[in-house]
Amino acid sequence: MPHATAARPGSGSYLYLRHSLPVRIMHWVNVVALTILLMSGLQIFNAHPALYWGKSSYTGAPPVLQIGMADRGAAGYAGVTRVFGREFDTTGLLGLSANANGQLAGRGFPWWATIPDNPWLAMARAWHFFFAWVLLVNGVVYVAYGAASRHLARDLLPDRDDWRSVGRSIVDHLRFRHPTGEAAKRYNVLQKLAYIAVIFVLLPLVILMGIAMSPWMNSVLPGWVDFFGGRQSARTIHFVAAWLLVAFALVHVFEVVVSGLWNHLRSMVTGRYRVRMEESHERNA
Amino acid sequence: MNETHDARRRFLARTLTAAGTLLVAGCERLSHSEWFPKVLGAGEKLSDAVAHAVTSRKSMAQEFAEADRSPTFRSNGTAEPDTDAYRRLAADGFAGYRLEVDGLVARPASLALAELRALPSRTQITRHDCVEGWSAIAKWKGARLAALLEAAGPKPEARFVVFHCADPMAADETEFYYESIDLEDAFHPQTILAYEMNDAPLPVANGAPIRLRVERQLGYKHAKYVMRIELVESFARIAGGKGGYWEDHGYQWFAGI
Repeated sequence: MPHATAARPGSGSYLYLRHSLPVRIMHWVNVVALTILLMSGLQIFNAHPALYWGKSSYTGAPPVLQIGMADRGAAGYAGVTRVFGREFDTTGLLGLSANANGQLAGRGFPWWATIPDNPWLAMARAWHFFFAWVLLVNGVVYVAYGAASRHLARDLLPDRDDWRSVGRSIVDHLRFRHPTGEAAKRYNVLQKLAYIAVIFVLLPLVILMGIAMSPWMNSVLPGWVDFFGGRQSARTIHFVAAWLLVAFALVHVFEVVVSGLWNHLRSMVTGRYRVRMEESHERNA
Repeated sequence: MNETHDARRRFLARTLTAAGTLLVAGCERLSHSEWFPKVLGAGEKLSDAVAHAVTSRKSMAQEFAEADRSPTFRSNGTAEPDTDAYRRLAADGFAGYRLEVDGLVARPASLALAELRALPSRTQITRHDCVEGWSAIAKWKGARLAALLEAAGPKPEARFVVFHCADPMAADETEFYYESIDLEDAFHPQTILAYEMNDAPLPVANGAPIRLRVERQLGYKHAKYVMRIELVESFARIAGGKGGYWEDHGYQWFAGI
């Protein structure tokens, strides 16, 4: 959040440059890359819709998660999802869902959640690995830029005041109360922690677990994958981390909507964010 | 107030639905286009280059303990080649089997199973990673492909080793499974022509009498039912020209990822 500019204090509100051009570009590259990676990843998952813990899939233990179809006799087929031995009927969503043309088909995730829409593993892999490189390069450039421009240190690293305000920030979030005025120009502590967790934990983890699935990359240092429980564990962690990224994205979009959709959207497109002055007094008091 | 909220909510819902539909439809058009898969192919080339840059030519695939072996080793793809020729071979325990070695070699050869077993061998417990996502671990014993190739003497222009297999991929037996690897992988210490799995002769379901093990790559590279090994300068003129049955169907030739 560099440079407070275009300030006309006392005029009620003013625009300032919240997001630099590189950050805005990299943000939207991330949106595209992560969306495609998620959907092509689900298509790849559909080729073998089961997750395991261990070095291989066949250890004698059942899968930790399995999506499939069950023959219910006269009742027809059902979509069934088994998680840690518990069975859930997920007909319509997982295991058995309607095709684009309305016909029921057995598959892990439904057509509208995957790229390509119909089972096509080779094409899904092509999409996935291309955009994995987009995500990786974008991420490396972002961290380099963030360090060089001090964006990371200035805007994302919580300071002492931030740590003191954790409790208040939690209450504010639960009440959907958002800072206004000058306070709105800074990220709050929960926001900072969420971004740091995503940038420095979740995204590196999901990429590393992707690499861990590569038999060739296993040979860089034979056995390194066992640190994460083995190749099939890495696949499971990759899947869980991907959904944690989805959870982050949902909360992120929710917060953007409730704290001023158009203002935030404008600031991530043009860079300009409107700060309202009159409200700042009551909040800062 | 509520009305504007409802209107906004409807607008948002419609926008999201429209964006989602556009995304899915757009990706479908791109997947079926002529040019876009070629753009995506840049990812494969980059992965190939980086994977080779960060590993040595002889970097070893992980090997496992006896206890890590999978209780049953899954059979995928062809479980039994459906041809009279293969059934005749299997019927008398592959006594009549010959592995042809030809193409760009100084000394073409035709080896019986006993001759393959007499070549320098290697035993390894390795993990088989299928492109679908699953893995299984088994113990393999087989002739080192390097030993076989040294005996045959590759010509200087030879760049790839092509494996022609007995399993038909079309009902009329015009198309058979095949695969190819480069000489770097062919001379890798763990690259073997396996004739044993888990201390027993290789079962038919897993590629009897011999299958390729090329441990740093995905399962579809590990050709089963290998009948003929051909050294070539280019595989552009073989079948679909992409270097393997699955490669001809859109899968990556470099299957290390």
